[in-house]
Amino acid sequence: MSTVPRADQAGPAGSASALSQRRPLGDRGFQVLALASGLLVLVILLLIAVSTSQQASSWFSTEGLKIFANNWNPAANQFGALAFIFGTAITAVIAIIIAVPLSVGIALLLTEVVPYRWSRPIVYVIDLLAVVPSVVWGLWGILVFAPWIQHIYASIASGVNGVPVLGSLFGPPTSGASFFTAGIILAFMITPIVTSLSREVIATVPAIDKEGAYALGATRLEMIRGAVWPHSQGGVVGAVLLGLGRAMGETIAAALVIGSSATITPHLFATGYNMPSVIANQFGEASGVFRAGLIGIGVLLFVITIIINIIARGIVERSARRKRGA
Amino acid sequence: MAVAEPQQRPDLREPAGWRRTSNRIATALMVVAFVLVIIPLGFVLYTVIARGASIISWSFLTGGPIPPNVLPAGVGGMGPAVLGTIEITALATVISVPLGVLGAVYINEYGGKGLLARLIGFMADVMTGVPSIVMGLFIFSIWVLHFGYSGLAGAFALGCLMLPIVIRSSDEMLKLVPDPLREASYALGATKARVTLTVVLPAAIGGIVSGALLAVARAAGETAPLLFTILTVTAANRNVFSGANTALSTQIFANASQPFVGAQARAWGAALTLIAIAFILMIAARTVTARFTRYSR
Repeated sequence: MSTVPRADQAGPAGSASALSQRRPLGDRGFQVLALASGLLVLVILLLIAVSTSQQASSWFSTEGLKIFANNWNPAANQFGALAFIFGTAITAVIAIIIAVPLSVGIALLLTEVVPYRWSRPIVYVIDLLAVVPSVVWGLWGILVFAPWIQHIYASIASGVNGVPVLGSLFGPPTSGASFFTAGIILAFMITPIVTSLSREVIATVPAIDKEGAYALGATRLEMIRGAVWPHSQGGVVGAVLLGLGRAMGETIAAALVIGSSATITPHLFATGYNMPSVIANQFGEASGVFRAGLIGIGVLLFVITIIINIIARGIVERSARRKRGA
Repeated sequence: MAVAEPQQRPDLREPAGWRRTSNRIATALMVVAFVLVIIPLGFVLYTVIARGASIISWSFLTGGPIPPNVLPAGVGGMGPAVLGTIEITALATVISVPLGVLGAVYINEYGGKGLLARLIGFMADVMTGVPSIVMGLFIFSIWVLHFGYSGLAGAFALGCLMLPIVIRSSDEMLKLVPDPLREASYALGATKARVTLTVVLPAAIGGIVSGALLAVARAAGETAPLLFTILTVTAANRNVFSGANTALSTQIFANASQPFVGAQARAWGAALTLIAIAFILMIAARTVTARFTRYSR
């Protein structure tokens, strides 16, 4: 393992090739091993796309564009997935609307308000939120949270009864399980990641900008609006998109609290389905085109989340780099 | 952040009126955001402990087989699921952690600022966002359809989830190792592999281990990747490489929506066990970080 290059060979021009030729086998082997492990990420992503679309091909070919129809009925051999796409969009949007103000608020609290020795325990608590497994959120959601919140839904529904738009959005609930319940649970689950990414972005705001704002007599709120926000806006948007991707793909908690019925309705307190939860709940009994359809929904989910993640990571990375360079 | 104390006649105190009020409202709202997030966390933990503690016993943790839904609590136990979770997660760790660390070594030590290393790092970030259920479908498509359900298939699916997390956390840690350490070793004539293995990795080992433990904590609680890869059974299966298996998370999922009191009680007990495992791993990660971190930001 110890070939020392002879000094007389180490001329400036020929040194690189002379050295690399003399590198022992173990050294080169290790490099190849490391490269292979790195490439594994790309290989797995590619394999996911290829193998799942292959298994789903019979769904794509028999249904054609009808995969986007609103008629999921395995008993009648109808496999249109629109209701699940709708459910995914609506639960993810509810989750984002709830989670973003909370996450950005906590991120600002951590970076701009509390002293450093307090921020550690707060981060610790937020991390605990991320460690609670999805299925435990679902268990708690269906057995504790849903029965409790059903009463609140009922009183909201009777409160807005007859009001034009609100009346149809917040109608009387059939059970505690609904789009809205799923959205709330998902919001808690994505809060840690949105918080930690927002915090990272907000932490890159140059101290001199903040001090400048304070020196001009700004209050903390004015400083945040004038110095922090313009700097971190882009990055926070990226963090929110990442949260959106997570909310769309989160499976088990949603599967337990969404109510499991393939419906498209503006009624947020109604039971529904989203893409991951229909796969989780129906895969066991599926075969043939039915199974291909469920895998195909997984393919659609993969494509959507990959696109969202690429955009989001691009935004986060670019804004972080710009800040570092500035 | 530090506002100067008023020293002179000109009034440097917090401005009065709406500006002060709005500032206070904003600060209060930030605190409220934090409180709104810890309430459900506390509520979940309280419920899981309150309902789970009563059923947990040594025979619950080790006994088996897992009884049918209709049986009351106290019959049988979750032993097979505890065993399954431990063996599948351990196997996933053995598969993914070395690969993840090596991947990070490539990004950080070999790739440098090159296009390929940047691409791999970026795609590892993207891969952390791939829904866990897609990993399950992926392993079902390429493995289970050909070789059948097994703990190994579940470990592959969990490994796919852990890989990008390990790469990312190890990469962060390797970045913190100061370059002079590497240069000093090269100056002594060591090869790159030797420098990496004997100098760089040991210097970053604390952070790498704690990142890996956090990845394990996440994987241990995952359900979706296991649903279609291990096929939740009720009897213990010591052989992780073949035959259907079971895990705590999939058992909770199977029992959660049952109307039977016994099934629900077993779900709460399993949830408490699972949370305890995850928290122990997380605390271990913190301890390792605290004890072995040599270089930090």
